[in-house]
Amino acid sequence: MKNKKAFENMIHGIFLMLGLIAVGCVLLITVYLVIAGIPAIREIGLFKFLFGKTWESTSANPSYGILPFILTSIYGTAGAIIIGVPIGFLTAVYLSKIAPQKIKAAVGTAVSLLAGIPSVVYGLVGMLVLVPGIREIFHLADGASLLAAIIVLAIMILPSIIKVSVTALDAVPKEYEDASLALGATPVETYFKVSVPAAKSGIAAAVVLGIGRAIGEAMAVMMVSGNVANMPGLFQSVRFLTTAVASEMSYSSGLQRQALFSIALVLFLFIMLINATLNFFLKGKKGD
Amino acid sequence: MKKIAIFFVLAVMTASIFAGCGQKSDSGTVSTDGSTSMEKVIGALGEAFEQEYDSVTFTYNPTGSGTGIQAVSEGRCDIGLSSRNLKDEEKEQGLSETVLAYDGIAVIVNPENDVSDLSVEDIAKIYKGEITNWKDVGGKDGEIVPIGREAGSGTRDGFESITKTEDACKYHQELTSTGDVITTVGGNPNAIGYASLASVSDSVKAVSVNGVTPSEETVKDGSYVVQRPFVLVTKEDKKLSGTAQKFFDYVTSSDASDIISKAGVVPAK
Repeated sequence: MKNKKAFENMIHGIFLMLGLIAVGCVLLITVYLVIAGIPAIREIGLFKFLFGKTWESTSANPSYGILPFILTSIYGTAGAIIIGVPIGFLTAVYLSKIAPQKIKAAVGTAVSLLAGIPSVVYGLVGMLVLVPGIREIFHLADGASLLAAIIVLAIMILPSIIKVSVTALDAVPKEYEDASLALGATPVETYFKVSVPAAKSGIAAAVVLGIGRAIGEAMAVMMVSGNVANMPGLFQSVRFLTTAVASEMSYSSGLQRQALFSIALVLFLFIMLINATLNFFLKGKKGD
Repeated sequence: MKKIAIFFVLAVMTASIFAGCGQKSDSGTVSTDGSTSMEKVIGALGEAFEQEYDSVTFTYNPTGSGTGIQAVSEGRCDIGLSSRNLKDEEKEQGLSETVLAYDGIAVIVNPENDVSDLSVEDIAKIYKGEITNWKDVGGKDGEIVPIGREAGSGTRDGFESITKTEDACKYHQELTSTGDVITTVGGNPNAIGYASLASVSDSVKAVSVNGVTPSEETVKDGSYVVQRPFVLVTKEDKKLSGTAQKFFDYVTSSDASDIISKAGVVPAK
């Protein structure tokens, strides 16, 4: 009996420790980013850092302004959402409400597969197909641009938007829809006026999840966006917050390296903000 | 307990940042300091050296050629690494140079491009944005797309210092690896890029510069100008420690040539 209790306690202790690993990692990363990110901001000046328009980290007179990166990340994510959300949302409505079971299963598998493709593969296909394609279609000298990044990101966020939205739409009680149909509404009216509003917090969560995925993506974007620290333009070669850190990290030193940590800190704050929004929506869902 | 764990991991991380600073040259270790461009070749050599001899430690502190030269003259490291020849005043301070290898940088264009020879001046003008159309340098009509490497890259540093375009390049793409540069130039008929000579493949065309085709021979004899030496800097009046001497002999021996070539540069021996 005593043995059993000791065993139980031991297992509890092990579980507690395993649980603390995740918490510890989050704390560690947060603390480390703040400690590593603050000195450069202090040296450069917060205003100059966040709103400076030129980034020349290795020139004789270095300047560290990350406004181009911030704007590029925002524009890129917004573009991906503008393209990805309508496609993802309508696909979800179709899959959840209209599609026959067989098609639903087939498309569902395809979507899961899309989610499982590593981002470097997206980047590679983008680099070899999309970038030359954009160059040809728009008669540009070079296709590596914000537009290419937006298209790649839009495709990358589709799976999360579709999956989460389908789950939310599937969870709408059938009685709501039956009632609507019984009152004489057509099926399409029912889907858009009853099912979708009932699932709106879930769909909002899907969009936020998509934003989070898009803003944090580095590899695929790095391969198609050209990586020059220009102010963003649709056909300009641009650099995102993520790629700014990733592309210069390997050879950086001194203040340059510290500034990269500061960029990571800014990115981290963005992601925290998005997570907080996500939590807000998910909590709203429970209250329904 | 958690706090202790966090503290410990933080301490390790902090220590790893400062690792490589201020090693003393006691027996059994060889410390090098200098050019970031030489990271790949000196890292490969150091690794091979550590494998060859047991119980030796090799350290490399990537600070930059100037700092490396200063470090060796102040005795803070055994061997300084420089990716340029020593200046006369540095030689007067009692430093001597031994060329380890030559770093040849090929200027590459798409195979469809008619241009097969460029002068260094033209290359510099193209990268500075003063020449923007291929027809100005004897090619077909088409906007030139200059492709380069990310800030801090050794190849970029080498290219810009040879063509004297430091901080003046107007890149259209800044890619993070030689492979990416070659793929991109191979896929865009209007692109021009630069890459370490050893990694140039058939998917791109290396142009001749000032009429000289890039090859191991032309890099070695100095007729191909887009190149720079990788130099080991030592003090003339101070004898190297046993291990450092062993390392010096090892990297300048013909055995090391293979390792040097594999790191993408042309061995001096």
